[in-house]
Amino acid sequence: MAPDIIAIDGGSTDSGPFYLGTGTCKYARASIKREWAMLMRARARLGVPLLIGTAGTCGVDAMVDWMLEITAEIAAADPAGVGAALQVATLKSSQSPGTLAEQFSQGAISALEGAPNIQAADFAGCSQAVALAGAEQIQAALETGADIIIAGRATDTAVIAALPLARGCHAGGAWHGAKIGECGALATDNPGSGAILIEFDEAGFTVQPTGAGVQASPHTVSAHMLYENADPFVLYEPGGYLDVTDARYTALDPRRVRVEGSAWVPTDAYTVKLEGARQAGFQTVSLVMVRDPHYVAHIKDWVEELEAVFRAREAPNIAADFALEFRLMGQDATLGALETQAMSRVRGGGSGVHEVGVMAIITAATQGQARDIARLLNPYLLHFPLTENEPMPTFAFAFSPPEMDRGALYEFQLNHVLRLEDPMAAFVLETHEIGASA
Amino acid sequence: LSAGTGLVREIRSKNAGPFWVTIDVFCHDAEAFKIVRNRLETVEVAWALQADPLRLKRFDIADLHVIKFSLPRPQVQGARLDRDMHGASFAVLVQEVLEAAGGTG
Repeated sequence: MAPDIIAIDGGSTDSGPFYLGTGTCKYARASIKREWAMLMRARARLGVPLLIGTAGTCGVDAMVDWMLEITAEIAAADPAGVGAALQVATLKSSQSPGTLAEQFSQGAISALEGAPNIQAADFAGCSQAVALAGAEQIQAALETGADIIIAGRATDTAVIAALPLARGCHAGGAWHGAKIGECGALATDNPGSGAILIEFDEAGFTVQPTGAGVQASPHTVSAHMLYENADPFVLYEPGGYLDVTDARYTALDPRRVRVEGSAWVPTDAYTVKLEGARQAGFQTVSLVMVRDPHYVAHIKDWVEELEAVFRAREAPNIAADFALEFRLMGQDATLGALETQAMSRVRGGGSGVHEVGVMAIITAATQGQARDIARLLNPYLLHFPLTENEPMPTFAFAFSPPEMDRGALYEFQLNHVLRLEDPMAAFVLETHEIGASA
Repeated sequence: LSAGTGLVREIRSKNAGPFWVTIDVFCHDAEAFKIVRNRLETVEVAWALQADPLRLKRFDIADLHVIKFSLPRPQVQGARLDRDMHGASFAVLVQEVLEAAGGTG
């Protein structure tokens, strides 16, 4: 069976705000190019559209251009394999932070549950902002007849749901099948086995793994609605929401699962979700290892006293505002105040911990300021005694220099939706000719 | 987080976007689901996560033998004070609640 489209979700917020904040891709250009070339060759063999959404991890306009550039390089290098003349559609999702601030002031933007309490100026302060395209915008790109569609930020599901919806398939089934398919073989018994094939029709959809020996079951398919979803039954999308409360999952055979009963519920207003990130200073990190049993046993006291003395002595030497945070690796670095097993909270004082990594994180307005404060802190991390009446200790640094510049810190800023009268109003669709005839 | 071969097959936690985290407790079968559902008190889970019980969403999904909790992240993903970019470690705390209530096996 041949597919009607090869559709890929190419991005996520899951790796953190850095990629949106900087408008960059998480992965190496060479690996993106290698895998995209394979897909372009598959597209040429099958004669179907190739579609990627949220290009370059974050899906800003610059990443769409970056993917277009990679596509053109591949087309120039391998015209026999990928097609001599290709039409490419690009769908851009970046939003002007200044325009978003105006739209917020005009009441066109509203907060979702759990959103930060922010004002118009906070929108303007984003270094990058995007709107998530839904099925309507992806369908507009498909309607150009392009061989390849490179979309900026889009919902994971819209990239897959757009074509079956355009062809009149069951709307609930199209969105539900798209959610099941957005992580590929994660909805099977072998999550690392690659792609899955989804057949959409007028009543629902059927899931079939493509890997040899891989099976999908009602359990593996239905369980995927739990993944990265706060609500396992409802998924909000532009223009409505998917409700799978009454979905029925049936094993057609040991490999394939049939799903019917999912519902698409349109909403009165058409909204698209916004994402934005802002720069929140620069960071430098120092990591010192403490192995002396006496210090390990009193590590909390040591760090608290070290910080108090450092701030008291060095405050006159630091003109800049800064934040200093210690995390005790092997103690509570992962969970912080939620940790239940730290030595200080275990009756009897310990649970076999014999070393602690002390990570000091300095955040300041510039990289130079953060680095200078880390350098001021260094002698304390190296030699600070637990009490005045004991020999000067020395602790272990793995590197020279010991401090590590992390660069800019970015933070997610927006958890909001933008109301649109025309779904295309916040997006830009263009077509390009590449390859031999360009 | 593999929780052994007794009542619970796996407990996992993951971001649900940058502002929420979700925790799934997968039980082995319907009988295990009933036992775990009764052992996992929502107020105890909220206490372990230091979350407002009114903002901790709970879903008991009998068909899948899953108990799911969702809550706003204590720190927005990647913010200066966030310690766990993918929300991976919250599962450990739910496992500890379950063990304190009678175990996972």
